[in-house]
Amino acid sequence: MQHLTKIAVFGGVYNNYLSLEATLDDARQRGAQEIYCLGDMGGFGPHPDRVFPILRGADDLLVMQGNYDHSIGNRLDDCACGYSDPRDNHFAEISYEYTFENTADDNKDWLRDLPTEFRRDWAGRRVLMAHGSPRRTNEFLWESSSPDAFLEHLLVEAEADLLFVTHTGIPWQRTLPSGKQVVNVGAIGRPANNGKTTVDYAIVDVFDDRVDVELHEVAYDHERLAREMQDEGLPDEFVETVLTGWWTTCVEILPAKERARGRY
Amino acid sequence: MELNFEYLKEHATERAHKPPPTLELDHLDTLWLQVTGTLCNLACLHCFISCGPKNDSHDYMSVEAVRRAVETAAAQGTKDYYFTGGEPFLHDDIQEMIELTLEHGPLTVLTNGILIDEEMADWLAQTFRNSRYSFDLRVSLDGTTKSENDALRGRGTFEKIIASIERLYAAGLNPVITVTTCHAGSGGEEGRRKFYEFVRSRGVEQPRLKFLAPFKIGREERRGGGYEEWERLVEGDLLPDEAEQLQCSSCRMVTSKGVYPCPILIEYDDALMGQELEDGLQAIELRHQACYTCHVEGVTCST
Ligand code: SF4
Ligand code: SF4
Repeated sequence: MQHLTKIAVFGGVYNNYLSLEATLDDARQRGAQEIYCLGDMGGFGPHPDRVFPILRGADDLLVMQGNYDHSIGNRLDDCACGYSDPRDNHFAEISYEYTFENTADDNKDWLRDLPTEFRRDWAGRRVLMAHGSPRRTNEFLWESSSPDAFLEHLLVEAEADLLFVTHTGIPWQRTLPSGKQVVNVGAIGRPANNGKTTVDYAIVDVFDDRVDVELHEVAYDHERLAREMQDEGLPDEFVETVLTGWWTTCVEILPAKERARGRY
Repeated sequence: MELNFEYLKEHATERAHKPPPTLELDHLDTLWLQVTGTLCNLACLHCFISCGPKNDSHDYMSVEAVRRAVETAAAQGTKDYYFTGGEPFLHDDIQEMIELTLEHGPLTVLTNGILIDEEMADWLAQTFRNSRYSFDLRVSLDGTTKSENDALRGRGTFEKIIASIERLYAAGLNPVITVTTCHAGSGGEEGRRKFYEFVRSRGVEQPRLKFLAPFKIGREERRGGGYEEWERLVEGDLLPDEAEQLQCSSCRMVTSKGVYPCPILIEYDDALMGQELEDGLQAIELRHQACYTCHVEGVTCST
């Protein structure tokens, strides 16, 4: 058995350039030779334009388009989250407008033109990376609402053995009865509603005969992020999430089980 | 593209001769099960399938029929399951049906809540905690005041439904409260806010709500009026990307009588697609006027 390469996969930057820097540092220190970003640069955090120099300048980094990037890139009116909870909707709007106004045109164009999936062959396994699900950019694959049989179906349709997604913001991974594997890498832009201030991403070890995936937590200067969010006039509720690790808004989309694990 | 009602009205006569749109089944993502048929402990005035204590046009499903449908769906790679009726908690075997379905995927049970006593609430909460997949309840409530709700759901139901929500909440569940927007303004931003505040005021700190437009069929047709002649769909009406958003592109409904395209059309004999779920895995025609409501309101079963 021979170790061929090490790869990092993350998603959901949400303007959090501090966690982006910390994640990339962590991945590179661990020896990652290729790094994949599964989309959603904007929303939630401060100073949207600060993530772009980091993302656009690196040779070892490949970036894909998420649903948020699609909306910002194509200059759409909103993130199309479609919350019916007026409170969730209110915060989603603030977040979208702030990000839209503070993203330079050139960066918007870059978002508009990003690819929407990556395919690779690692150790003879067909690898697919997507933002939401292989069939829809904005489909949520939550742990508690994605049955084995459904995931098997998605992977067969997509002709993949190993799937990486983000979009939901809470990491999990599962090996299916067939041996196929699904990894939700979580998000690096905000904590995973688990009371920790760290963020999550995946490190992949590719051997000649197998692929190992491990989820990692990364700490970053979340207190500085919180201060900058306050200075930018972003809602206190968002700041609270960064400081406590609990989601305070946009929780309507959580399945009952994931919601019950959180504080709100 | 905007919906142009004036255009539809003006061209009603020529449109009447056009065939309805056809809709493929994209994939069976969602299986609905009418576990108690059309039998219900209530007889709400806006019930679009005229359910009630005396309506047995669709009878209870047997545990075996539920098992067969769920296993067939699971073999197709179905994503989630919904139980409805009538009132699912009328069924003596409801617990067994919930357990067997949860082995295959996440389940949501639609209920008016009234029959859920403390013992059942505890069992449901325990099932929620122990199940591998998500398990959810939707409890219907149609007003923030007694008079508003009871005018639709029947005298005394407001207090009973609230008591049930409180019972479930105390047991550790946070059901989605489902509101049919029959009252003026209840679907608008203000109406929604009022509902959230009301539920919060009853001790549910993080309310979960879902708002649904009424369908002008069943008992609702007599209460609020039926569809106008021009309120129907013809070929070419579906907006770009709409097909995949209509719930019937990814769901089917099974009742004791057989398989239907969706939960809305089970009282239309011409909507019956066959006896077993397999018979329903094919394209449908959107020729019912209720389809117009889905088109206008963008009805989906997911939150
Ligand atoms: S609306 Fe629901 S509770 Fe009311 S009669 Fe119909 S099925 Fe029963
Ligand atoms: S009523 Fe709605 S869900 Fe049912 S077949 Fe028509 S469009 Fe589809």
